[in-house]
Amino acid sequence: MPDTKTSKLSTTEITHIAKLARLDLSANETTNYSLQLSKALDYFEQISQVETLGIVPLVTPTEIENILRKDEVYKELSSEEILKNAPHKTGHLFTVPPVV
Amino acid sequence: MSRNFEAVIGLEVHAQLKTKSKIFCADSTQFDAGDNENTSPVSVGMPGTLPALNERVVEQAIKAGLALNCHIRPVSIFARKNYFYPDLPKGYQISQYDKPICENGSVEFKLQGKAHQIRIERAHLEEDAGKSTHFGDYTLLNYNRAGIPLLEIVSGPDLRSPAEAAEYAKALRQILRYLDVCDGNLEEGSLRCDCNISVRLRGETKLGTKVEIKNINSFRFIEKSLEYEIERQIEAVERGEKIIQETRLWDPDKNKTFSMRTKEDAQDYRYFPDPDLLPVIVTKEALEKFKKEIPELPLARSRRFTEELGLSENDADAIVSEREIADYFESASRMCGNFKATANWIMTEVLRELNESKLSIIQSRITAENLGALIKLIDAGTISGKIAKTIFSEMWTSEDSPEKIIKTKGLVQISDSSAIEKLIDEVLAANTSQVAEFRSGKTKLFGFFVGAAMKASKGQANPDLVNEILQKKLKGGL
Repeated sequence: MPDTKTSKLSTTEITHIAKLARLDLSANETTNYSLQLSKALDYFEQISQVETLGIVPLVTPTEIENILRKDEVYKELSSEEILKNAPHKTGHLFTVPPVV
Repeated sequence: MSRNFEAVIGLEVHAQLKTKSKIFCADSTQFDAGDNENTSPVSVGMPGTLPALNERVVEQAIKAGLALNCHIRPVSIFARKNYFYPDLPKGYQISQYDKPICENGSVEFKLQGKAHQIRIERAHLEEDAGKSTHFGDYTLLNYNRAGIPLLEIVSGPDLRSPAEAAEYAKALRQILRYLDVCDGNLEEGSLRCDCNISVRLRGETKLGTKVEIKNINSFRFIEKSLEYEIERQIEAVERGEKIIQETRLWDPDKNKTFSMRTKEDAQDYRYFPDPDLLPVIVTKEALEKFKKEIPELPLARSRRFTEELGLSENDADAIVSEREIADYFESASRMCGNFKATANWIMTEVLRELNESKLSIIQSRITAENLGALIKLIDAGTISGKIAKTIFSEMWTSEDSPEKIIKTKGLVQISDSSAIEKLIDEVLAANTSQVAEFRSGKTKLFGFFVGAAMKASKGQANPDLVNEILQKKLKGGL
């Protein structure tokens, strides 16, 4: 949760968020996003003014009880079909750029 | 532990639950399927797909929680753990965060006869990730494992030695197998373990900086990696170095742990409740129903075997190590009423044969009933212990009942004293010089006569009677 006093995001914070989202930002974009995201946070700042003491946090607005699925196997698509739209594949495996 | 230091260890065990289908979709969980054969739009994270929770997963998590003396949350929440890595095609793992299904439990086990109780902080549900295989300039992905249901069981920092940690993990495996919620197959990765370990001077109450050793899949490696890590940390502290909070991996070939990532590049998961999944509600009725379905667990069973059936603690612990062995023991001993003998036969003969033919006890070629019948025949004096061994081998090959084998092979023990007397008379008559030697004081020869008499009866004479009659005849004169 952000600090309630100031929601101005620093360049370091923006860079960190961008890294987590795997985004490569230019200096210009970093400044822009800093302003935009700070605005969004300011809005949440307003929401956080509301007194919520004693109110149970809401996880979902629906009143539906959880619906469970039976433990049954169902095969919809073959591995060929699953891989059909993959830009790169090796046999029946997805090929992606190296990650280590 | 050396040099006045103590280790503080906590384990996170990932147990793969035993379901036919995945946690949030209907893909099969079969282990040896072809590449990406067990996948669907949900498990490869296609846009617009929605998770649907498997009811068996919830049931098995609750049963595990109950067996681990946990509080079961009436309402638990699934959360998204966000990180970008190709083994997780959605960009997040569905897990549980601040409201796990099970918490505040404990597990009890024995190590070298001493009882240990370890706290369970929580046990939460999550989906497994896919399997990535790394090559130099590319990585290959198989999503068969993505979405396999896992129960992550987190212990308190209560373990104090590598041996204790390994024993705790074994106890967990045993309990989960008793509940039939995890097959505990370590080779197939059904049980994987992360070890958190720090050291501190004895008497210190504050915890030291912890290191996490990730993804260990054998009890031996739990022990070895912790032993290595404790030494490494103590040496570092003694050199005046600071322990860095980091994730390390165990290299079984080099017998060392090595650094995987430090806290600086630790993940920032930004957990939040998954809007695609409703809270998991566990009613009192469901809880009561599952409570009734929990079998007697290994520790309680072992206690009953020692206290009520008179087994030694070692025998009882060995027998309860697998639920099926304990079941086999109970059926066989019920049949013959001789608990000690049944335990002995199982632990020596039955387990040896099973090992040799690589079978599990449920595949045993000798049924529990037939083993019980065999022991009953020994106790009744129908066959001798020696003949019983022969019959046992025959039972293993033919799968016949002991009665049938005794009948067809004519192996009934001779307990008719006049028949034995006749037999012994013949033995003594054929060995007159030995009889003379015996009578002149060479009493060691007694064994020779017993052997000869048993041989003459093809091993079927009741040994007690042979002894008794021989004594009488040799001492009292012909």
